[in-house]
Amino acid sequence: MSEPSSVRNEMAGVVAEPGLEGEVAIRLRSVSKTFGVGEQTVHALRGVDWDIYRGQLTMLVGPSGCGKTTLLSVVAGILDCDSGGVVEVFGADVARMRSGAKTRFRMDNIGFVFQQYNLLPALTAMENAAVPLIIAGISRPLALQRAREVLTSLGMEPRLHSLPSQLSGGQQQRVAIARALVHEPRLIVCDEPTAALDHESGQAVMKLMREAAVKADRSVLVVSHDNRVFHFADRMARMDDGRIVQIRTQTAFTHETVAEDVWEAAARS
Amino acid sequence: MSWIALRMLTGDRAKFLGIVMGLTFAAMLIAQQGSIFCGLMLRTCAQIEDITGADLWVMDPNVNFIDDVKPMVEANLYKVRGVEGVEWAVPLYKGLGRAKLTTWRWADPGSKVVESQRTKVQEDIIEQVVMLGLDDETLVGLPRKLWVGDFRDLWRPDAIIVDRVGLRKLFPGQGGDHSTDPAFLQSFLGRELEMNDRRAVIVGICEASRTFQTFPVVYTTYSRAKLFIPQERKPMTFVLAKAVAGVDPERVAQKIEAATSLKAKTSQQFLWMTISYYMKYTGIPINFGITVVLGFLVGTAIAGQTFYNFTLENLKQFGALKAMGLSNIRIVWMILLQAAVTGLLGFGLGTGAAAWFGSATRGGELAFFTPWQLLPITGAAIVLICILASILCVRRVVVLEPAIVFRG
Repeated sequence: MSEPSSVRNEMAGVVAEPGLEGEVAIRLRSVSKTFGVGEQTVHALRGVDWDIYRGQLTMLVGPSGCGKTTLLSVVAGILDCDSGGVVEVFGADVARMRSGAKTRFRMDNIGFVFQQYNLLPALTAMENAAVPLIIAGISRPLALQRAREVLTSLGMEPRLHSLPSQLSGGQQQRVAIARALVHEPRLIVCDEPTAALDHESGQAVMKLMREAAVKADRSVLVVSHDNRVFHFADRMARMDDGRIVQIRTQTAFTHETVAEDVWEAAARS
Repeated sequence: MSWIALRMLTGDRAKFLGIVMGLTFAAMLIAQQGSIFCGLMLRTCAQIEDITGADLWVMDPNVNFIDDVKPMVEANLYKVRGVEGVEWAVPLYKGLGRAKLTTWRWADPGSKVVESQRTKVQEDIIEQVVMLGLDDETLVGLPRKLWVGDFRDLWRPDAIIVDRVGLRKLFPGQGGDHSTDPAFLQSFLGRELEMNDRRAVIVGICEASRTFQTFPVVYTTYSRAKLFIPQERKPMTFVLAKAVAGVDPERVAQKIEAATSLKAKTSQQFLWMTISYYMKYTGIPINFGITVVLGFLVGTAIAGQTFYNFTLENLKQFGALKAMGLSNIRIVWMILLQAAVTGLLGFGLGTGAAAWFGSATRGGELAFFTPWQLLPITGAAIVLICILASILCVRRVVVLEPAIVFRG
């Protein structure tokens, strides 16, 4: 499946390179989001059209304030876009869902990895990882058992009973990844997962993410500023001023060229 | 989710303890001050409760409470006896008397003069007492418990029965102020007092409820009580009466009022009349009310503020839970559960502390009585504090956008 023509137009002549396209997981059409009214209005998203595919790790990059996090929030169903937009996630029209249905949809289908981990400080690593299952109504022993398995697969077995305050940043992010994976969601959204980590931990976290999260029936969407982890992406979209301005596949970019693009965009902004 | 809510609550120990302490403080203050208030109110009518055997109190129409003594002519006793439905009626004298106790002490305490050369000087202690003159024949109105002696000894010449706690006022510095040791109490039998220039002999030590005035209580016969007080033309203060079996005492009281123009009340009515008077005409309820309200406000401020701060600090976590699919209803449940647990702990610790306080001061000067109704009242106050504290937190979390988790 190729990129929609409208996206090509939006990209101002930059044509996405072919390859790695598969079944569409997320379909965005005319997605806009404005904050404030009158002179205070901020156009965070300006009619975004974009398809994100299954079985891929897609990275969303761009300068600060370009709308990456807003787009991620809209895709994840935690922020409503303006009326008229289409946000289809695995066939479900998230934009038109009622609040309760959207909450249930997130519970069943979406895993979150946050920049600041957002682990519950009073719970151990295993308990934190089990939270999505407990929210879904799974019994505590079963949830903890499943969390143990996922954490073990991420190399966290020795720290199962540690509190977040007793873990390093990299370890906390692994717990957060385990929490995002534990209920087998179809979409995993990550907001700057390596921003708070050193280079080595960042690489390790992204490597884990690729190995554990990317599956044929799942899509992983990562917002990142960190050019050192761009090479983990199957596909990369660059945003600027509320629009997707460039989409590249892994074969088309290198660490250096993408970094240049991003820094150029950042400088422009 | 209850488990997560409780772990979140107890995870921040300082805040958890802060909330619980705030609620404990409020519960303790409400229960403790409420109990002291009830204890004081009970003391105002203690003598009504102590008088046993009679259903009805008949008094001057202008009497407002038990200590509001307005003498009546003795002819009223016969009027009451003549009312239909009255099985019997007896006179009761209640008033204040003065007891003089003569003791001897060494004139030169601490001197090195040999004992044979030392001199003793007379020392008079004059103490005001509450005197209760009971019907000579029936002794209706006797106290419920006699520690030592025999009630029948009241028929002996000059006999009086003194309450145990009053002994320490009548015989100060003689040790064992609160002793209930029979041997110790026995040592007071036969000791003499002087009242209205007449000899009075202690023949028994009884247990009487503490009175509001804190004076010793002296029981004697009605005719002897008239001798122990300065001469009065109208010595009778109350008529105690019993309704015929099967007849409602309230109806008999109404009949007495209609027939005699006196005021007649059942024991319960008189008790509440006395309490109402103290509530209405003294500042006691206002003073205690202010303390209770302050306890409530301080408890609300401490617990509410700490609970709100606790929620604010966990706002990102709540946001993350909402993002992960936790509904608002379940989050509200989590907050209410946290409030309920802290409320329950605060209530338990606070009322427990108040109960301990009451137990520790039992038998002392402090009036302390906890009616069962005070516990639900304290509980309701704590529930109200928890609701007030929760409302702000619930509102803050419910309107929270889960997208907050993606903001730095």
